Amino acid sequence: MTDAPTDTNPTDSAARTPEPAAPTHRPLVVLEKVNKHFGDLHVLKDIDLTIGEGEVVVVIGPSGSGKSTLCRAINRLETFESGTIQIDGVSLPDEGKELAKLRADVGMVFQSFNLFAHKTIRENVTLGPIKVRGLDKDKANERADQLLKRVGITEQADKYPAQLSGGQQQRVAIARALAMDPKVMLFDEPTSALDPEMINEVLDVMTGLAKDGMTMIVVTHEMGFARRAANRVVFMSEGRIVEENTPQEFFTNPKSSRAKDFLSKILTH
Amino acid sequence: MDAITQNLDLFWSGFLRSLTICLWGAVGSLILGTIIATCRVAPVAPLRTFGTAWVTVIRNCPLTVVLVMFAFGLPEIGINADFYTFGLAGLIIYTSAFVCEGLRAGINSVSAGQAEAARAIGLTFTQSLTQIVLPQAFRTSIPPVGSVIIAMIKNSAVVGAFGVGRDLFSVGESLTSAQGYAALPVLTGVAIGYLMMTLPAGLGLGALERRVAIAR
Ligand SMILES: Nc1ncnc2c1ncn2[C@@H]1O[C@H](COP(=O)(O)OP(=O)(O)O)[C@@H](O)[C@H]1O
Ligand SMILES: [Mg+2]
Repeated sequence: MTDAPTDTNPTDSAARTPEPAAPTHRPLVVLEKVNKHFGDLHVLKDIDLTIGEGEVVVVIGPSGSGKSTLCRAINRLETFESGTIQIDGVSLPDEGKELAKLRADVGMVFQSFNLFAHKTIRENVTLGPIKVRGLDKDKANERADQLLKRVGITEQADKYPAQLSGGQQQRVAIARALAMDPKVMLFDEPTSALDPEMINEVLDVMTGLAKDGMTMIVVTHEMGFARRAANRVVFMSEGRIVEENTPQEFFTNPKSSRAKDFLSKILTH
Repeated sequence: MDAITQNLDLFWSGFLRSLTICLWGAVGSLILGTIIATCRVAPVAPLRTFGTAWVTVIRNCPLTVVLVMFAFGLPEIGINADFYTFGLAGLIIYTSAFVCEGLRAGINSVSAGQAEAARAIGLTFTQSLTQIVLPQAFRTSIPPVGSVIIAMIKNSAVVGAFGVGRDLFSVGESLTSAQGYAALPVLTGVAIGYLMMTLPAGLGLGALERRVAIAR
């Protein structure tokens, strides 16, 4: 367990100087001609998308347009029929140990939190580092406490997920993903299962991550977050990327009729 | 009641032998059942097919048929063992199919998001099963799997009748048929012996269920 290459301290992204995200152009996540069907339903249609290191991309679009499937395909929770997805230059392997290793580099935050129900908050955060990275328990605990503090969870480490509010659970889920020192983080509607008063506490943590230079792909309809933190907005409709632009341009001056139509619907309430 | 008091040592040794069969049977069928359940949810299609076939065939055959196959079928293809081994193996294999299904009900009760989150942090299939899914599945599986184990204790009498010998049921049989004791008191003794296994098993399962319920 302890022979994994982890004796050097994993870089703590909390320690990075918080400066406005300036995307370097080294491509980190590259999708080429990705196609995916569910039976007869063509859910992802020729998706081409490149995300640079340090870039924050917000994916937006009507329900059923394939946003979740796109996220899930990127860490291969969902298979796809054709095309390629590369993470940091490596193509997604098939099921097996190699894939598990690659998934550890891609953090994922789910709409429904999915914290491990039978494990304490601290155990939720340490499980991956111990089992996957081979970190010893003391180091993992220490780091878990740092990360929990970073997402604003203090004195709750020995509780079980069900004892926390939704906003707290989602912040723990973010800490759990961060504990793996991922190269990129995927967020699939991280605030849509939350009560309104808890949305901001989660978005604040995400904004902090973006400022610290984390590469992020975020499915969300929170336009405030997109304007504040995103470098780019990707608009999906019916399995296609219809439009890509800066948040400012996209929200004030959408080009496609589908995007205009969609924005008019979410802006009116 | 003389039939019992005069043969107390016989009953006691029969009880111990049955208890041994049941303990090995429980351990064996829990392990085997977990393996088969793992096959049934594995990401590898041939394993799933194997698991499904195992359960379908074994669960739908009478225990006696499984035992006859073992005791008389296997020697025909050159596999030999004593009746005790065959009987125990038959009991374990028969029970494993039911344990598997009880466990699978538990596995299905664990939301898919739990396994996805486990895979997303880089756990392998085996790790996500042993660390995340099975521990939660075991909790919900305690009542159904417990019933299976209690049924197995009773089924051990069939194995005894099959020629394993010297177990509780065989003791009762030899006392009544060979030594001419009246059936009613002897079988009362036999029944008490089985109750001495099934009742504590039931109580233990209830306690276990309450304990894990609190720990959640
Ligand atoms: N497991 C599945 N099986 C069949 N159809 C699915 C499955 N998951 C999603 N879909 C369908 O695929 C389409 C895209 O879904 P999804 O990616 O969840 O969209 P979004 O996240 O944009 O709302 C929808 O029509 C949805 O019903
Ligand atoms: Mg979705």
